[in-house]
Amino acid sequence: MKTSIARKVSMALSAFFLMIFLLQHFAINVTSIFSGETFNNLSHFMGTNFAVQYIMQPILIFGVVFHFVMGFILELKNKGARNIKYAKNNGGANSSWMSRNMILSGLVILAFMGLHFYDFWLPELKIKFVDGDWSGVLEGETGLRYFTELQHKFVNPIRVAIYCVAFIFLSLHLLHGFSSAFQSIGANNKYTRALSKFGMAYAILIPLGFVVIALFHHFNHC
Amino acid sequence: MSTNKDMNLILKIWRQKDQKSSGKMVDYKVNGISPDSSFLEMMDVLNEGLISKGEEPVEFDHDCREGICGMCSLYINGEAHGPDRAVTTCQLHMRKFKDGETVTIEPWRAKAFPVLKDLKVDRSSFDRIQQAGGFISVNTSGNTQDANATPISKYNADKAMDAATCIGCGACVATCKNASAMLFVGAKVTQYSLLPQGQVERKERVLNMVKQMDLEGFGNCTNTGACEVECPKGISLENIAIMNREYLKASITKED
Repeated sequence: MKTSIARKVSMALSAFFLMIFLLQHFAINVTSIFSGETFNNLSHFMGTNFAVQYIMQPILIFGVVFHFVMGFILELKNKGARNIKYAKNNGGANSSWMSRNMILSGLVILAFMGLHFYDFWLPELKIKFVDGDWSGVLEGETGLRYFTELQHKFVNPIRVAIYCVAFIFLSLHLLHGFSSAFQSIGANNKYTRALSKFGMAYAILIPLGFVVIALFHHFNHC
Repeated sequence: MSTNKDMNLILKIWRQKDQKSSGKMVDYKVNGISPDSSFLEMMDVLNEGLISKGEEPVEFDHDCREGICGMCSLYINGEAHGPDRAVTTCQLHMRKFKDGETVTIEPWRAKAFPVLKDLKVDRSSFDRIQQAGGFISVNTSGNTQDANATPISKYNADKAMDAATCIGCGACVATCKNASAMLFVGAKVTQYSLLPQGQVERKERVLNMVKQMDLEGFGNCTNTGACEVECPKGISLENIAIMNREYLKASITKED
């Protein structure tokens, strides 16, 4: 990644990949509202399928790590490009808060991912790769465990609140990131306005959907 | 908007002896400023006052004072070329300010635009980017073809002309939170890539100009769009997208 354009294009490509993943994640999670059985079956498939586990998951991990690392590299380089700050700077006059604070919203998302991994991913790794249990069934019980685990995670109101705040920041990140990614790969043409509106809908509806899922399980469990 | 009532202002101005010295903000008062005068005329009044008191005047860049040379700069109240839109500092009128207002005036801030003195900055990094590829090579041995004899579509001619209105003032760099020069470079790349005369050096141009832009120490564009808003000539973000496309195509298809 020697040039500025190569770096911004690589950020955009990893962003596209992550936005597609987010959509897929949402599509599976939203089934938990309507049918615990469907959610269990889909989760079990994703958690035990060879291609998902050993091909898609490593690509996803690389995509996430790359996006964050490159984001920090760009932030550091950009800070260095202005060695003396302005005494007075009216950024709000010419750009959105979201576009100027992508590193802040990104850091909140990173912190949230730490909690999310602690909640779901690390226990999954332990069950599968340490305990060697790929059955998806808890010992002494019948039926798949994923829906029950999901509900238990959203009992604690503090955790639910943290999830909701994190998704607000995810929305703020996407409100700039979606259209910015298209601009970075050179897509600025007669479709840009329509694409921006679609991006705005994506940036609001998908995180909102995750918030609804968290609140639904919190209030339905209590 | 004009009230014809003269204005009194408090100015907070960056003073810096030379490139090696560290500067500081200094407060000045100017009185009796006509709302119909330009911002640079207000600076002239300030300097005349300073000279009459035996003090050193504030140095700032300016030339044509008609908004076409790209020489004037100034970061005024937190915005490049001040609070008005689609104007350079020399076209900014004092009626945009209020009587008694405190006006903060700073030089362009970017590592690639070092301050020479007070409000004057060295923008030769833009010249070096231009020299890296912002030109077309034309045989001038006596049989030069008339440019008007070369057919060009209206769409491309208009787009190229829009890009060519960039005056290279550096407001895009000054206002970008990353001090990125991509709007300037994008405008130059777009201008030539759309014209028939620019096709011969099309790939080398974008590769060399982007390489020089990075060497000069400008930041990376994050598409905030601030440059487009503050640009006195309304250069569109589309030019950056075109440059990105040109760069990607040239990177993939270059022969050596």
